[in-house]
Amino acid sequence: MPIVFQKPRALTDAPLHYCPGCTHGIVHRLVAQAMDELGIEGRTVGVASVGCSVMCYDYFACDMVQAPHGRAQAVATGLKRARPDNVVFTYQGDGDLAAIGTAETVHAATRGENITVIFINNAIYGMTGGQMAPTSLPGQITQTTPYGRDTDTAGYPVKVCELLSTLDGVAFAQRVTVDSVKNVNTARKAIKKAFQNQLDGKGYSIVEVLSTCPTNWGLSPVESLQWLRENMLPYYPLGVYKDVDQGVKKGGGAL
Amino acid sequence: MKVLMKGNEALAEAAIRSGCRHFFGYPITPQTELAAYMSKRMPKIGGTYLQAESEIAAVNMVLGASAAGVRAMTSSSSPGISLKSEGISYMAGSDLPALIINVQRGGPGLGGIQPSQADYWQATKATGHGDFQILVFAPSTVQEMVDLVSGAFDAADRWRMPAMILADGMLGQMMEPVTLPEEDGKPLPEKDWCANGHQDRREHHVINSLYLTPDKLEDLVVERYKRYEQVKAQEQRAEEYLVEDADTVIVAYGASSRVVRSAVNKAREQGRKVGLIRPITLWPFPVDALQKAAAHARNFLVVEMSMGQMVDDVKLSIDCKVPVHFFGRTGGIIPTPAEVLGEIEKLA
Repeated sequence: MPIVFQKPRALTDAPLHYCPGCTHGIVHRLVAQAMDELGIEGRTVGVASVGCSVMCYDYFACDMVQAPHGRAQAVATGLKRARPDNVVFTYQGDGDLAAIGTAETVHAATRGENITVIFINNAIYGMTGGQMAPTSLPGQITQTTPYGRDTDTAGYPVKVCELLSTLDGVAFAQRVTVDSVKNVNTARKAIKKAFQNQLDGKGYSIVEVLSTCPTNWGLSPVESLQWLRENMLPYYPLGVYKDVDQGVKKGGGAL
Repeated sequence: MKVLMKGNEALAEAAIRSGCRHFFGYPITPQTELAAYMSKRMPKIGGTYLQAESEIAAVNMVLGASAAGVRAMTSSSSPGISLKSEGISYMAGSDLPALIINVQRGGPGLGGIQPSQADYWQATKATGHGDFQILVFAPSTVQEMVDLVSGAFDAADRWRMPAMILADGMLGQMMEPVTLPEEDGKPLPEKDWCANGHQDRREHHVINSLYLTPDKLEDLVVERYKRYEQVKAQEQRAEEYLVEDADTVIVAYGASSRVVRSAVNKAREQGRKVGLIRPITLWPFPVDALQKAAAHARNFLVVEMSMGQMVDDVKLSIDCKVPVHFFGRTGGIIPTPAEVLGEIEKLA
């Protein structure tokens, strides 16, 4: 019987530990698929960050390094500078990338490190049990914002793609989500492009994936996707924020 | 051929000649010349000099480069080393070699920028959280700074653990004539454990310090401590100066040992039987040399540029069999030979 669909080769056989309805599984598949399609698994080194996805080092079949909380892009910088022929990516959540790792993120981006960053934004700290994230929405109830995120005291969410697209070192920044087949396809293309850019030496590429956390949002998987559409999409518009291939050159200004 | 070099620059040149091509740093007094030297040399030899956004980022870049299998290093001074402690702990927990240089200045807090030895405890006992040790080397001359670098890289690779050169602002800033080793060009040790892409030829490698099962984590730490026992047996080093017949043995390392050597010479001129044990490795601590001296010495005197940190290790090494006295200056003050001589006279 001909095989028409199978698990990407760049995923191991380890069972994923993620909660039912969590979108990490979909994004893992898309990253592995990009490695398969580009034929790069053998020369790729991934960097796992601290958060729910910390154990992705067991799931991706390429070599993996586990970084301290927030430092994934500094570790990736060291890996890439040491071995420029390797393909280096980070897989980070919102707490890791946009709170404790903000300096590492902004400076890897502004240096134009030739790496690929996969950024999971689910507006909450998942692994520690649902505390406010830098990307939690105004009014969002979390364990540490029990009355809803009050912007007077807790400030506003960090809009990562908008922020990074102002930096001259960034080659590519796109925000996607995985709530529907159509959006999964868009995400697949964006992630593949973020890897292709590295192979082409174009520089820092980031894909922000709006994701769900049914467990800590206290919603069913289906309700979570609905919550994402109703609340996250208006605050975090999908789309390409920067693309050196589309008229904005690295270093700023029009092509 | 001898050349006149500043300690910080000599450390940098020695690292390059030891095959290091990846330096990640951040400016801080009094080590900045080291980074500046690297920024001048690395681009000319196809190496990497990267000025990171923080000491935290710099040490994690070292972690990444080391995971990729290359010789990597960073340098800083006391407050910056505190920031690097996170990365040092992760490297120890991931069995990654690296070289970290601490050109110590006064503390705590922002402290001062003058020479100090107040980071002894940090370097030898608690460079970061968790059960682990790092190798610590203590040069006392610019020549020795050069000589220890290559051995520190080799030991870090051999034992798969971070190594530190614990210098201070005096050694970093002073100029002395040095003989630099030729770069021998011999291949660096094979690192078959590194994460440089499996090339479809082997299982994927995972460089990691997370173990959620207590049994597994305990096993790994215990295994590492067995390795540390071998390190203690094989790597401890000290210089012994006029110790053989000494009634009073002074223990001092780094900059303060230079002052002590002058004081010992003066004391000998006065007919006093005084000697110096100068630890070259601070971890592993040269217990053997101290125990040997404890068999005949009547007094130990520990001289440090701190309020007294290494003195604890001296007491432990000799099981308090002989009285151990202490003299120290801190805050960036270097003790004088006359002060040390005064302490020697008190013990007579």
